[in-house]
Amino acid sequence: MTKTANIEELQEIARQLRVDCLKMLHKAKSGHTGGPLGIMDIITVLYFSAMNHDPKNPRWEDRDRFILANGHCCPAIYVALSKAGYFPKEELDHLRQIGSPLQGHPKLKVEWGIEMSTGSLGQGMSIGNGISFAARLDKRDFWMYSMHSDGEAQEGMLWEAALTAGHHKLEKRICFMDFNGIQIDGFNKDIKDVSPLEDKFLAFRWAVKTIDGHNIAEILDSIDWAKKTPGKPKMIIAKTILGKGVSIFENLPKYHGVAPSDEELKIALKELGEA
Amino acid sequence: MGQATTTSSDKVATRDAYGKALVEVGQKNPKVVVLDADLSGSTKTIGFSKAFPERFFNMGVSEQDMMGTAAGLALAGKIPFASSFAMFATGRAFEIVRNSIVYPHLPVKICASHAGLTVGEDGASHQTVADIAIMRVLPGMTVIVPADAIETKQVIHAVADFPGPVYVRLSRAAFPVFLGEDYKFQIGKAVEIHEGNDIAIVACGLMVYQALKAAEILEKQGVKASVVNMATVKPLDGEMLAKLAKRTGCILTVEEHSVMGGLGSAVAEYLAEEGDVVVHRHGIMDEFGQSGPADALLKLYKLMPEDIADQALATLKKKSNRKPA
Ligand SMILES: Cc1ncc(C[n+]2csc(CCOP(=O)(O)OP(=O)(O)O)c2C)c(N)n1
Repeated sequence: MTKTANIEELQEIARQLRVDCLKMLHKAKSGHTGGPLGIMDIITVLYFSAMNHDPKNPRWEDRDRFILANGHCCPAIYVALSKAGYFPKEELDHLRQIGSPLQGHPKLKVEWGIEMSTGSLGQGMSIGNGISFAARLDKRDFWMYSMHSDGEAQEGMLWEAALTAGHHKLEKRICFMDFNGIQIDGFNKDIKDVSPLEDKFLAFRWAVKTIDGHNIAEILDSIDWAKKTPGKPKMIIAKTILGKGVSIFENLPKYHGVAPSDEELKIALKELGEA
Repeated sequence: MGQATTTSSDKVATRDAYGKALVEVGQKNPKVVVLDADLSGSTKTIGFSKAFPERFFNMGVSEQDMMGTAAGLALAGKIPFASSFAMFATGRAFEIVRNSIVYPHLPVKICASHAGLTVGEDGASHQTVADIAIMRVLPGMTVIVPADAIETKQVIHAVADFPGPVYVRLSRAAFPVFLGEDYKFQIGKAVEIHEGNDIAIVACGLMVYQALKAAEILEKQGVKASVVNMATVKPLDGEMLAKLAKRTGCILTVEEHSVMGGLGSAVAEYLAEEGDVVVHRHGIMDEFGQSGPADALLKLYKLMPEDIADQALATLKKKSNRKPA
């Protein structure tokens, strides 16, 4: 696996991953489309630029870790992990099928880079904190990343965990918030508005930065900022667009949890510059 | 057999024995870490917190966060013991225990105190009689209910070395220390602490002592009861049950837990598929607890030795009323 800080190269990887993701979902005829497309730029930067990890040595103790707290967006990490070399690309053909490690929501399998079972929203921040506590005890220096979502932020447990990270100054914690404003039943602002998230995390004693979650340079810069900001956990609130990259999916709540149809896949691949 | 006695006057709560054993395993194994949710004085993790402050995490009143954090610590190679009251550790945090600890089969040891009615004065909001039931149904979960301080110590040492998730049910009330020093606990192995061929009383936790006392009462009435400590409710010692069924044909279960879903259910489930035996479950019926001194509650809810002896006689009657095949 080659890592890069080149913006065009990362944009191209993100494009390929979106293509892989849609093909995989289409083949499975089941799975979440909108969220994964929305976080793909951040996932790309993490696995192909920022994170210190080695697909050939997945249990390496000093590796950076990533936990997807919004587990339903796992198609994004499955394609990224496969592309990074954790498992053969053909395995993507078995998403959500009997016996496949690529379960509908992530199931712990460190050999494949899946660092934790998730899917029930609200639990990933605590888990990441626990890993950071262990690292602190063992004097290990790795970064503990996790991805969260605006819908998830309606779960009380996330705020218990936020309080823990702030109180204990877990400075190796870097969290992203996939703030696309959409959840299953509609728009977050209509259902139960979680904003202003900046103020909330500041009040919980985090360092907070808001970025455009589709701007590779901003994503890279935000991680740089996070690493240089000591003494606090970091929340990077990423303004994202659900379904990003495919106009017919963008910003439509109904694409939260459905796989693309034949027709939709055709349009999507075209828009993504494939065939 | 030298494995149990009812003559000792020593009383210790299993939570106290837990607190002590925790310090021992902490000394033995630097991977052991302990989490609590603002109840360290009650769950007795306070001893560990003083001995190893850097390995102790007081998560505040956040049981869900505590279980998630314990999962993370386990992922990174630690052996986390997570404690709170049984009500909150298994109730409030149930779904986190299920999804973030037991589903990924992480070696988190949930050691929860104040289980059952013997919580006493705090009343029903704090008295869980459903914890065994909800922990037992989780695939791959081990469920242990130690009977006294001696067994608790052995249990804590055993689970620290055990690779999977474990639920250990502990009690608030000081209760007799009655298992002999030669008593040997093994995960998954029941121990017959008193022999008898008329009926077998299978119990766990504080009810093992009550059952032993009941056997003395029965003895005076010419009934020879076997008393079995089924400390591991899951995985259940089926071999022992099959043996008892064959020998006595008559089994009474006793627990400080609902008769639905607990030890009695586990035993009945097993024996339903194992042949001809009368099984009677004694415990808390479909009801909540209430405030009161622990011993008064045990009387009110019919968990005293006399009550258990009565239940045994009723069970024996059921056996003799059975038409021969
Ligand atoms: C604890 C829990 N409750 C409910 C669900 C069902 N669920 C899955 S995704 C989701 C909406 C989450 O919102 P968000 O992550 O913001 O959605 P997205 O932006 O990916 O569309 C819900 C309610 C769940 N997975 N976990």
